[in-house]
Amino acid sequence: MTSIILFAPLLGALIAGFGWRIIGEKGAQYLTTGLLLLAALLSWITFLSFNGTTQHIEILRWIDSGSLSTSWGIRLDRLTCIMLIVVNTVSALVHIYSLGYMAHDENFSDAEPYRARFFAYLSFFTFAMLMLVTSDNLVQMFFGWEGVGVASYLLIGFYYKKPSANAAAMKAFVVNRVGDFGFALGIFGLFFLTDSIKFDDIFAAAPSIAQTQLHFLWTDWNAANLLALLLFIGAMGKSAQLLLHTWLPDAMEGPTPVSALIHAATMVTAGVFLVCRMSPLMEYAPQTKQFIVYLGATTAFFAATVGLVQNDIKRVIAYSTCSQLGYMFVAAGSGVYGVAMFHLLTHAFFKAMLFLGAGSVIHAMHHEQDMRNYGGLRKKIPFTFWMMVIGTLAITGVGIPLTHIGFAGFLSKDAIIESAFAGGGSYAFWMLVVAALFTSFYSWRLIFMTFFGEARGDHHAHDHAHESPMVMLVPMGVLALGAIFSGMLWYNSFFGDHDKMNAFFGMPVHHEETLAEGGDHAVVDSHAAQTGAEADTVEGAAAMAQADHATSEAAHAVIGEAPQGAIFMAADNTVIDDAHHSPAWVKVSPFVAMLIGLGLAYLMYIVNPTLPARLAKNQEPLYKFLLNKWYFDELYNFIFIRPALALGRFLWKKGDTATIDGGINGLAMGIVPFFTRLAGRAQSGYLFTYAFAMVLGIAILITWMSIGGGAE
Amino acid sequence: MTSADFSAVLPEVLLALYAMAGLLFAVYTSKDKAAPLLTWVTAGVFVVLAGIIALSGGADTVAFNGLFIEDAFARFAKVTILLSGAGVLAISVAYLEKRDLLRFEYPVIVALATVGMMIMVSAGNLMTLYMGLELMSLSLYIIASFRRDSVKSTEAGLKYFVLGALSSGLLLYGCSLTYGFAGTTDFAGIASVATEGEISTGLLFGLVFVITGLAFKVSAVPFHMWTPDVYEGAPTPVTAFFATAPKVAAMGLFARVMFDAFGNVTDQWTQVVGVIAVASMFLGAFAAIGQYNIKRLMAYSSIVHMGFALLGLAAGTEAGVSAMLIYMAIYVTMNIGTFAFILTMERDGQPIVDIRALNLYWRNDLGRALAVMALMLSLAGVPPFLGFFGKFAVLEASVNAGHIWLATLGVIASVVGAYYYLRIVYYMFFGAETEALDKPQRSVAALATLIGGALMLIAVINLFGVGDMAATAAESLVR
Repeated sequence: MTSIILFAPLLGALIAGFGWRIIGEKGAQYLTTGLLLLAALLSWITFLSFNGTTQHIEILRWIDSGSLSTSWGIRLDRLTCIMLIVVNTVSALVHIYSLGYMAHDENFSDAEPYRARFFAYLSFFTFAMLMLVTSDNLVQMFFGWEGVGVASYLLIGFYYKKPSANAAAMKAFVVNRVGDFGFALGIFGLFFLTDSIKFDDIFAAAPSIAQTQLHFLWTDWNAANLLALLLFIGAMGKSAQLLLHTWLPDAMEGPTPVSALIHAATMVTAGVFLVCRMSPLMEYAPQTKQFIVYLGATTAFFAATVGLVQNDIKRVIAYSTCSQLGYMFVAAGSGVYGVAMFHLLTHAFFKAMLFLGAGSVIHAMHHEQDMRNYGGLRKKIPFTFWMMVIGTLAITGVGIPLTHIGFAGFLSKDAIIESAFAGGGSYAFWMLVVAALFTSFYSWRLIFMTFFGEARGDHHAHDHAHESPMVMLVPMGVLALGAIFSGMLWYNSFFGDHDKMNAFFGMPVHHEETLAEGGDHAVVDSHAAQTGAEADTVEGAAAMAQADHATSEAAHAVIGEAPQGAIFMAADNTVIDDAHHSPAWVKVSPFVAMLIGLGLAYLMYIVNPTLPARLAKNQEPLYKFLLNKWYFDELYNFIFIRPALALGRFLWKKGDTATIDGGINGLAMGIVPFFTRLAGRAQSGYLFTYAFAMVLGIAILITWMSIGGGAE
Repeated sequence: MTSADFSAVLPEVLLALYAMAGLLFAVYTSKDKAAPLLTWVTAGVFVVLAGIIALSGGADTVAFNGLFIEDAFARFAKVTILLSGAGVLAISVAYLEKRDLLRFEYPVIVALATVGMMIMVSAGNLMTLYMGLELMSLSLYIIASFRRDSVKSTEAGLKYFVLGALSSGLLLYGCSLTYGFAGTTDFAGIASVATEGEISTGLLFGLVFVITGLAFKVSAVPFHMWTPDVYEGAPTPVTAFFATAPKVAAMGLFARVMFDAFGNVTDQWTQVVGVIAVASMFLGAFAAIGQYNIKRLMAYSSIVHMGFALLGLAAGTEAGVSAMLIYMAIYVTMNIGTFAFILTMERDGQPIVDIRALNLYWRNDLGRALAVMALMLSLAGVPPFLGFFGKFAVLEASVNAGHIWLATLGVIASVVGAYYYLRIVYYMFFGAETEALDKPQRSVAALATLIGGALMLIAVINLFGVGDMAATAAESLVR
């Protein structure tokens, strides 16, 4: 069944991508959508029937090269199941939605087929994402990681006639390369230390890695911290965390369904998934975890501030995504991986829905994206309006304080804020609370500017504004259900109840037992390793072999066995309990922040719409600072892009054109013809010249041999 | 003078007798009318003799008290010489007939030259060496000026004769120096005197002069000057002959003298040979670029190729000799194929030698255009064509012998050399519109071009076992 889930999207992508001329564009669209629906259905069955025990399903032998031996396998555990439903559900809904959204596109003429291509890309993306989340080892994960990168690149640049879309696609790709470089280094490092890329082996070795020092760059590092950090750099790129976030807002150049699927619900959460997946390693890397917390909190705050002043409806949501990802990282960094996954799940529903809603608005307004040209759309597109309101209620975290009743975001975000208070430190806590205030402000600002007040901008567009077709509204409705109920349904499994959580993630109840059990296995393991080592080192120096022996034995005694369960929380990790017992004011604080944000937004956009403009005038430097996204793009432009371009120009003009081309041309058109002329002139046609050359030749040879040769 | 001695020289004797008989036959019968027949018969005799020699095998024999050596090396060289001679005769008949050049003396002189070559590669004594060399050379002087009514042809013959005489003088001077200091003309005897570390200056001078004389025959720089003029002036079939069999013979003799007589002082001569090899490769490559006359171009091309062959010899090892033999075998195959094409280049029935006339030749005859392309790429040494493997063998031997610099220079020279081969291909397929050449007629030469082109690709499979034979031959020479 898992194989069907995994390969249905690939099949769809291949047939739609290469065979649409045979089955037609319509056929390609329905085929991919149908296969995705099937995959989504099976995912839900898998998720609901999953018992918490990790399963390994081998699909094929993949790499056998030296000590690197790995198969292409599926690791089915709770994390995978969660990601399966997230990815497949959202993807299936986005496929359906796209049937309507992509039906007509002014970026392409009627004669140009683009729909099959779009659906093929979407399905290919889904396949790559599934590869990523089901992988059993790091390299397979990296394959999926790069696959989603490619799909993202293709879809951001889908409107390839727009220069800005192409630029955004390249930007996304290049920025992600930076992160991927860190990820790849992390994989190399783990392989270097554990001689394996399988998750189980790495997890088993995590305690010993924590006691290893690794020389990297200029100094020795604690291996666990260093490798966790390198992996996190990969996650930073993919999940658009601060410093590597600049590509995400630009990625909104892609069609809106793409933004919903890739740049809100699934791909950008891959980084969070990675950190959670690597939880057994993260637990031994306290400094890195701390770093994750700080960076996540700062990102959440930063993105929220920028979101306050953006006018493009999709960019507002994009910054909102960036900010919410920061929340997830704070949770992961605090050691409550379940909560991070919880927010990932709920966020996927409400953020995808917000994007689809935004898409519906854009669709209604003839591809106008500037909120300043909206206003009063409440009555024109009522269904979309209500969906957006549900999404906003979910993201801002509306619920009944101190109970577990509320929209999805209320439960998951509050869980994060409580965890941050308990395990992340006061910096993270306050940043997140302020960010929650801002989130509420900009989310309601979006609603007020779009749906309330008077119609602004082009009258023509407003007159023709119409509700979207059913294929676009149904997916929003389904996601709305998730946005309302998913939090309440799984609150206990992810965060609320300790026992349920252990059962949900398949974690052992008592950590001590696992350790003892692991110790028993370790003896067997070390025996196996011993024989292996003996076989390997037959030809090596005997002394070396013995030394190896000793270390490998020692290492294995420590290594033991991989921890059970989808996530691993060290014995001393009590953040969840601490979070449960945090004071009431902590639990209420995000709600209060939400209310303040709502009130401010109401004041500024309903009661007194001139206020924002005046505020912007009064606080112009601050406003400019936020509007220009803290000048990150300008900074990067100055630090990286211009020097890189200058270097490229230098190598091109001076290096390639002048030196290499010039050198070759000079050689081929200057020096060689010169010698050719010389040789031609020597060939005079006169006998005496020839005879002279011979005599000269023999004279030189004789002289040379008498002086330099071995004559006695 | 036992029967064993005579059985060793049997092929040479047979060929010499055949040449005389053929001469008498033609003189007393229909003279030039018998020439085509005689040419074909001569080619047939060459092939038969080559078969006899190839199949005779057997142990190495030293006949006439060391004057004459019959070993695997000699056999390999003789077979190559005879087959290439036969090939050249076969492709020449139609050309010569058409231009009324086919005299009955032509096949006879070629046969006599071939006898000289066979003696050269079997020489075990400075006397035999000179006898074979002069027999070959005198025959070649004649056929170079074979076209008596042409100023160019006579000029070519005269130039070749005068310079050849000079080189013979140098060679003889070297021989006499060697004899004076070694006390013997026998190769084995010289080898026992010229041992490592105690070679006298006189012997060294003798060595250098001998090398000079031999370098003239293989047209290595700086003793190459005659080559372009003679190649251009001589009738094209004669040029084809010059470029093939005599080169093999001279290379064989070169190896014979170097290893049999001076095999104990390889350090002394490998550097000289290395220098003239590199000089040949570079001068040939640079000078050929300026040539539009395809016969002159092939002259410089052969200088480059001789440089490569000498590079193998300069390795001073068994592998080097083997590589040299492989290289020569491949070289003559390529050259016969190429000259077969040159022989058919004509416009309005007149022979054309300007490569610019080849513009868009593929429209004329795609098959042969492709064949010539294969030949040119092979001459340039582009993998996977045959020529690459010859170069590869030589370079490998050279590197293994520690002559990395020579090998590097060889590669550079072959890069420069690729230009003029590719230019011909360029003209044939992408050139400008010019007056086209005549449509080719069915002829032996046309067929030979196609076969040559095909061989460039087919033979790479196992070189038809030539590699193993060359290795055996080299083993018998370098003991």
